Amino acid sequence: MNILRGRAYKYDRNNIDTDVIIPGPYLKIHDHKELAKHAMEGIDPKFPEKVSQGDFLVTGSNFGCGSSREHAPIALSQTGIKAILAPTFARIFYRNAVDGGYLLPIEIDESTVKKISDTDELEIDISQNKIVNLTKKEQYAMKPFPELIAKIVEAGGLMKYRPGS
Amino acid sequence: MNITEKILARASGKQSVSAGDVLFAKVDKVMMHDVSGPGVIKVFSEWEKKGLKLEKIWNPDRVWVTEDHFVPAADRVSAENVIALSNFTKKFGIKKHFKYGLGQYGICHTLSHEEAMVLPGEVYVGGDSHTNTTGAMGAFAAGLGHTDVAYVLLNGEIWFKVPETMMFRIEGNKPDHIMAKDIILKIIGDIGTDGANYSAMQFSGSVVKALSMEERLTLTNMTTEAGAKNGIIEPDETTYAYLQERTDATYAPVHGDGNARYSEVFTYEIDKMEPTIAKPFSPGNITVARELQTTELDKAYIGSCTGAKLEDLRAAAKVLKGKKVKIRTEVLPAAQSIYMKAMKEGLISIFMEAGAVVGPPTCGACCGAHMGVLGKNEICISTTNRNFPGRMGHVESQTYLASPIVVAASAITGRITDPRDVRN
Repeated sequence: MNILRGRAYKYDRNNIDTDVIIPGPYLKIHDHKELAKHAMEGIDPKFPEKVSQGDFLVTGSNFGCGSSREHAPIALSQTGIKAILAPTFARIFYRNAVDGGYLLPIEIDESTVKKISDTDELEIDISQNKIVNLTKKEQYAMKPFPELIAKIVEAGGLMKYRPGS
Repeated sequence: MNITEKILARASGKQSVSAGDVLFAKVDKVMMHDVSGPGVIKVFSEWEKKGLKLEKIWNPDRVWVTEDHFVPAADRVSAENVIALSNFTKKFGIKKHFKYGLGQYGICHTLSHEEAMVLPGEVYVGGDSHTNTTGAMGAFAAGLGHTDVAYVLLNGEIWFKVPETMMFRIEGNKPDHIMAKDIILKIIGDIGTDGANYSAMQFSGSVVKALSMEERLTLTNMTTEAGAKNGIIEPDETTYAYLQERTDATYAPVHGDGNARYSEVFTYEIDKMEPTIAKPFSPGNITVARELQTTELDKAYIGSCTGAKLEDLRAAAKVLKGKKVKIRTEVLPAAQSIYMKAMKEGLISIFMEAGAVVGPPTCGACCGAHMGVLGKNEICISTTNRNFPGRMGHVESQTYLASPIVVAASAITGRITDPRDVRN
């Protein structure tokens, strides 16, 4: 679980919002597989066909801004995306991704975003806070998860971290 | 400590906290609606599949539920979501479930103040990003997702990182053509849509002091669009008088200390402020109305938690009185009680005589759900809060965000209009 390997899909813009990630009309849907068919529909309707299990999304800052819809990390994770690499995340998207145990929001420098190209093969070592670009033979740092986040990530979500009473 | 820190300290049983501390805070109230509610139900069912026994929740009296996004049921799926919500509240003994067609109902953030669901000093979380709105009551109010709301339903607490607080002092004399909407749009334009990420946005100053409760709620409502964790205003006589009309409940208000720390302090002098517009496709893409007066419109929308409170309707009606709209205009009051008050005041007649259609309370087209969504290439001016691509309908439609008086003035002319240019 600590080492992830997959292909990077790059959407090089800031402020990708939840209306783009999963448009409003699909908010009434709660079937996870159905949601996946519409992931990123507002930016790239072919997204769900492109990505495979274990892949990554690489993008600009403030990813997931806008609404609190948990549909957003659910839809992305159901397409196979295991981690999103961005300089910053909108706060609710971040906590939904972590607390729901859907995927990892990984903070990287803006310069690192520039170095990664679309379809590069990456290996992410969470325990070492290290990203290896297997295509370009480069290595980058990721920002370590804060203590509580690291524990929730390790547990696989908030509920497994602290089960309900 | 500032007010946000003090509320979080009290809720986590600590003497003091400061920005950056991570803590579990006890929650006073939690809300979910017909979008987040079924999401929470799904989370419950997933957890049950994994062996958790979920026979009761933490405290049904502290949970309240609304039906607002896809109601009156937009289609079969929406109807089934509302049924699922009703079954859930019945099963767990949640009594405060505002159902459409059964008396008072409306947009969650509007009911939060209109029904005094949240009180000063409380920690309030909701399954909706605009939960920030209710911070204008002097509460810590923040939006969460389904998993977090489900967790709160079971445990009565949730983790937070104590935010930095950015203080916005609004000073000067507010011109008549300026509403709180103009002020918050201007601020978002200045700091950017991620300008307050993970932070609290607090408002103070002589203008805020003089604003009504509903106008204050417009300020905190759109802190979400700057990425803020919460928006907050210290409670005062205006807050207490507003609550007195609505509840007998007692509460313990919290105020910041004199030496409270703020990460940044911004001062706005608004004497010369112009009616402000957010252009497509971002709430931070700001200009003034007169810069856009050649922009032709297809539609005007007066609705949502941001822009369909009673005073929003009054402001729009004042502009529309005795006039005719030139473009499709929709008015959707934010709650049943507000609709009724607007009717008694004659506002609904003004809208209808002007040619507008008046719909039931719903989030409706604000989030592209139903009831007035935009088609390809349609251009709308709206009192709502977001204008991302596809937000109100087709991904190639366009939404301009503005105050109710700008939207009303624009409805009359069919192009983006400064209200000073239509009066008389």
